[in-house]
Amino acid sequence: MSRFTWFNATSLTFGFAFLYLPMVILIVYSFNESRLVTVWAGFSTRWYGELFRNEQFLDAAWVTLRVAFFSATFATVLGTMAAYVLVRGGRFFGRTLFSGMIYAPLVMPEVITGLSLLLLFISINLDRGIVTIILAHTTFCMAYVAVVVSSRLVSFDRSVEEAALDLGATPFDAFRSVTLPIIMPAVVSGWLLGFTLSLDDLVIASFTAGPAATTLPIQIFSSVRLGVSPEINALSTILIGIVALGVVTASLISKRNLVRQARDARRAIQAGAEEGREARAT
Amino acid sequence: MNQPSSPQTPARPAGPGPATAFHPWDDPDAVPLIRFRGVTKRFGDFTAIDAVDLDIYPREFFALLGPSGCGKTTLMRMLAGFESPSVGAITLEGRDIVHVPPHKRAVNMMFQSYALFPHLTVEQNIAFGLKRSGMEKDAIEARVAEMLRMVQLQKFAARKPHQISGGQRQRVALARALAKAPKLLLLDEPLGALDKKLRQQTQFELVDIQERTGTTFVIVTHDQEEAMTVASRIAVMNEGKIAQVDTPGRIYESPASVYVADFVGDVNLIEGNARPVGQGMAEIRWREGVPAIRGQAAEPLVEGERATLAIRPEKIAISRERPEGRNNVVQGRVHDIAYLGNISTYHVRLPDGVIVQAQVANQRRIARRDFTWEDEVWLSWSDTAGVVLMR
Ligand SMILES: Nc1ncnc2c1ncn2[C@@H]1O[C@H](COP(=O)(O)OP(=O)(O)OP(=O)(O)O)[C@@H](O)[C@H]1O
Ligand SMILES: [Mg+2]
Repeated sequence: MSRFTWFNATSLTFGFAFLYLPMVILIVYSFNESRLVTVWAGFSTRWYGELFRNEQFLDAAWVTLRVAFFSATFATVLGTMAAYVLVRGGRFFGRTLFSGMIYAPLVMPEVITGLSLLLLFISINLDRGIVTIILAHTTFCMAYVAVVVSSRLVSFDRSVEEAALDLGATPFDAFRSVTLPIIMPAVVSGWLLGFTLSLDDLVIASFTAGPAATTLPIQIFSSVRLGVSPEINALSTILIGIVALGVVTASLISKRNLVRQARDARRAIQAGAEEGREARAT
Repeated sequence: MNQPSSPQTPARPAGPGPATAFHPWDDPDAVPLIRFRGVTKRFGDFTAIDAVDLDIYPREFFALLGPSGCGKTTLMRMLAGFESPSVGAITLEGRDIVHVPPHKRAVNMMFQSYALFPHLTVEQNIAFGLKRSGMEKDAIEARVAEMLRMVQLQKFAARKPHQISGGQRQRVALARALAKAPKLLLLDEPLGALDKKLRQQTQFELVDIQERTGTTFVIVTHDQEEAMTVASRIAVMNEGKIAQVDTPGRIYESPASVYVADFVGDVNLIEGNARPVGQGMAEIRWREGVPAIRGQAAEPLVEGERATLAIRPEKIAISRERPEGRNNVVQGRVHDIAYLGNISTYHVRLPDGVIVQAQVANQRRIARRDFTWEDEVWLSWSDTAGVVLMR
């Protein structure tokens, strides 16, 4: 290991400053008493109060959460099914084409996805609102879920599924009682990924949202165009807090898993040794 | 390991050692459990199984033996229902099973990788198949307990597979496959991961289980000693074809082809021109100016055909003086000695450079060995010790 030098310290400071200074400024100014964003006039939580009285923001937040929840859920179901068929479905006509096409939304410019969905909704006369946003988000989140889940499916031993079939489980039963529990971590990651992508999305939502329903990113974006308000700072601080909480929880969970794996490995070795001792004793 | 005795009594007295009365393959009225008829399996344009005909009888312990890639696993997977033949028919108890999906076959398989369910405990792994057979809850519990007792894993019932050792996992896999008391149990290199001691112990356990439950076993193995130990019959495979199906004794003593003789155990192969000498015997002239050697002909042959005499090293006697009254005598010089503890193998070089191996049990301590490097020795064997093979 190399020593901690001045050079290292400087790079670390600058790197992290570059990443986090904007956010720190945002958080600090969310507690500013003044309405003017750039002038510090003392500590206050006034803007948080204002925020919670702002109907528009609250409505938008509620819409966003519902959209994220439903689109992540639908995308997880459809994406998992797609991944399963593409990885396990055996050879069928057009399989290569399908597995290529499932990834297309990942590289498609969002503007195009949004525009094409908009055209679709107009041509089938679907009124734009929360339903159309959910449909649109499901479409693009599904591709991400399919990628995450299929990488897990590829890496796990196929013979475990075959064993289930061999022991009399129907293909559906084998999927439900063996495959699904094993790939569950990937399914959950897929859901979380879909949820955050949906929360985050501005472009596709702008195309598919209607006057009846706006999402939080659209609301923030349009109000910032009229000037940055301290309320937006407060809202952003809350969002940063939620994300930070999520990241910390995820890392705690994975750390706990590592500890558990190490303990299980120890138990496995002990189990073998224990039996060996008993065998010698008798 | 002591096994609690089971109510089922063994109907097959065979097992390791000499088989006695169990040989349904010789009985024209016996009905095979499994029957392969002209089965071919292709992957793309590669032929993994090539026109195989095979009968396996109830209560057999049938071993598939062959080099890597010869199609053993593929044959097994066709029995379990994970692959279907490109051509041909497979019947189980007379019924065509080619189109029966795996979960509807009374066949269970123990996978080479064990394929335990990682998210279930040992107990739940064993109960998995029972739950799907519509058994009562109490009956399932009793059966799981019985299985755990059999493989001596009661203490580990509540553990997950990654919390037990490799050998224990293997026994869970075995218990899980046996729990449903299938008509046919398929074992794909079940002991591949075990060390030699545990492997031998488990081999005997398998035979024991097989005798007590009366299940038909088909086992795939790379290890010919293992096949010899456990099997009632062995099928030696070569590039998707069955080279020979026979009892371990006959595979070893009466191989049908040079391939089988060479694949199973050590063998000396001497090639020459054959001549029938009557009573199923044949003579091979293998070199100018020395007497011909003879052995039992594996099949009728025509004078002058090329043939090979296959003779096992342990059937060759080694002596300093020329032995009297034997047809098969050759002279050579000790080229190398391989000391294996219980036996020694002498590599004797004949004048034309051919090396013949002779094996001798070490009845004395090594210091008083009879022969040493570069000694002139005589090798001899009886007329019936070797076989003359045409293929
Ligand atoms: N799904 C498949 N697609 C293409 N080729 C296959 C497939 N399965 C098996 N093969 C080929 O068929 C041949 C026989 O394979 P198989 O697995 O039956 O061999 P094996 O006798 O079990 O070998 P080993 O002792 O190494 O396990 C091999 O050459 C293998 O490459
Ligand atoms: Mg194999």
